[in-house]
Amino acid sequence: MDFYLSAILQGLCLSAMAFGIFISMKIFNIPDISTDGAYTLGGVISGFFISQSYNGFAIVGLVMVGGALAGAATGFIHTKLKVNALLAGILVMTALYSINLSILGQSNLPLLNFPTLFTVINVFQNPTQNTFLIVATIILVLLIIVSYVLKSDFGLAMRATGNSQTMVRALGVNTDNMKIIGLAIANALTALSGYLMTQLQGFADINMGIGIVIVGLGSVIMGETLINYFAITSVAKMLLTVILGAIVFQLVLAFALSLGINPNLLKLITAAFVLLIVGLPRFIFKKAE
Amino acid sequence: MIDLQNLNKIFSIGKANRTTAVQDVSLTINHNDFVVIVGANGSGKSTLLNLISGNVLPSSGKIFIAGKEVSRLPEYKRSPAIARVFQNPFSGTAADLSIIDNFRLAALRTQNKTLKIGVNQNFKNKIAQQIAQLGMGLEDKLEQAMGSLSGGQRQALTLLMAVMDDLKILLLDEPTAALDPRSADKVMQLAQQLTQQYQLCTILITHNLKDAFTYGNRIIQMAEGEISKDLDATSKTKLTQNEIFSWFS
Repeated sequence: MDFYLSAILQGLCLSAMAFGIFISMKIFNIPDISTDGAYTLGGVISGFFISQSYNGFAIVGLVMVGGALAGAATGFIHTKLKVNALLAGILVMTALYSINLSILGQSNLPLLNFPTLFTVINVFQNPTQNTFLIVATIILVLLIIVSYVLKSDFGLAMRATGNSQTMVRALGVNTDNMKIIGLAIANALTALSGYLMTQLQGFADINMGIGIVIVGLGSVIMGETLINYFAITSVAKMLLTVILGAIVFQLVLAFALSLGINPNLLKLITAAFVLLIVGLPRFIFKKAE
Repeated sequence: MIDLQNLNKIFSIGKANRTTAVQDVSLTINHNDFVVIVGANGSGKSTLLNLISGNVLPSSGKIFIAGKEVSRLPEYKRSPAIARVFQNPFSGTAADLSIIDNFRLAALRTQNKTLKIGVNQNFKNKIAQQIAQLGMGLEDKLEQAMGSLSGGQRQALTLLMAVMDDLKILLLDEPTAALDPRSADKVMQLAQQLTQQYQLCTILITHNLKDAFTYGNRIIQMAEGEISKDLDATSKTKLTQNEIFSWFS
């Protein structure tokens, strides 16, 4: 049971990144590979400061600014230098690998002896319940903030940018700046996931971000299925389905591991699972025709 | 309202496929004018409209809007005065946003988009009233996604969205080309009505010669990037539909 509970915890931690992917992928239609780097960046910044005995809460702003800078870099390269979005993301991700390694100083940094977000506050005696409460609260606050921003006039302009750039430009919005800001927000959220995950697992690792964009993508696609099925138009509910997607994703991986699958194959399973949820609907519809 | 001076636009300068889309066009369009521009494909009509909106910047020449030079300003900086309706009904609206959200953005065309929530009950009531004028029954479907509406409905809403905020110039780029005849008529009548109601300066590009005959108080024919005919209100009323047809033979 604890096994699945920790999967849910991981899903919650990754929800912030899934929100980010929701913004970059669903709103702007940009597959943002720099997510991999920004996630690790969030992790290594947290790892570095926590190992210096900084308070877990104090560094959250720094983590998000770091992620935002990475996202803004991708957005700048893509819009101002007219580089393909995928390539822009790969460039930033590659550059971030060196930056992350420099910050961390080593490839893996254990944090087990340092106080983290989840040990500073103690509402419940049971550490798992305690962690759950903290993570759930953070994600809830995030859900409220992100859905507020997306519902505001600024958010409407941002959402319209992904739909029809022609319209949005005619409405007096600089679409380039909109994309840069949007990607900055997305990667700030991604870095926040790295921050939460580092403290949940008790270590920061230089390779923690590999393939993480696929996890976010899978979560958003699962959420999207629900959005389309129930014809959801409320932003808050859309984000809720994204959280659900992120949790289900981790539960599936946990289930696969519980079947005794070699953990080395985890990335393969992840990729196969995402391929399945992307490809399956098309396959089924084709048969129905 | 719009003053074009010796405007030129050349695409692919210095290349084999160099094309002169607009050649030495000088044109003054007054406040309250409803100008119809006709011309064969490639005659430069759309480029001219794009030059006015700022979607395309001129190779040489000057553009003045309301007495202010805007020749080098990008599109998003000209939008306070200008609204456009595109040929493709999907270009003028955001499909994933609801009707009301689309209108909210349109209402902010000349203003900053801040972190304020602007869609409140007051705003909804106001928009519902406006949309009710269309007689399409859309006033009860404000929360519905724009993408679920038909092309004609979206085009009519795009027009209405254009006048949501202070507007001087309305650019219509074949707005009815993708619509069925009945929806097309409705959209054109709405355009006419809004032009009068809001005292707009409207420019319509069309291949539909019946529309060119029916609407507007000035007609311009373009050929090979130049203005070949320019008839004012008096001459246009004398014009017959057959005469316009003969321009194209």
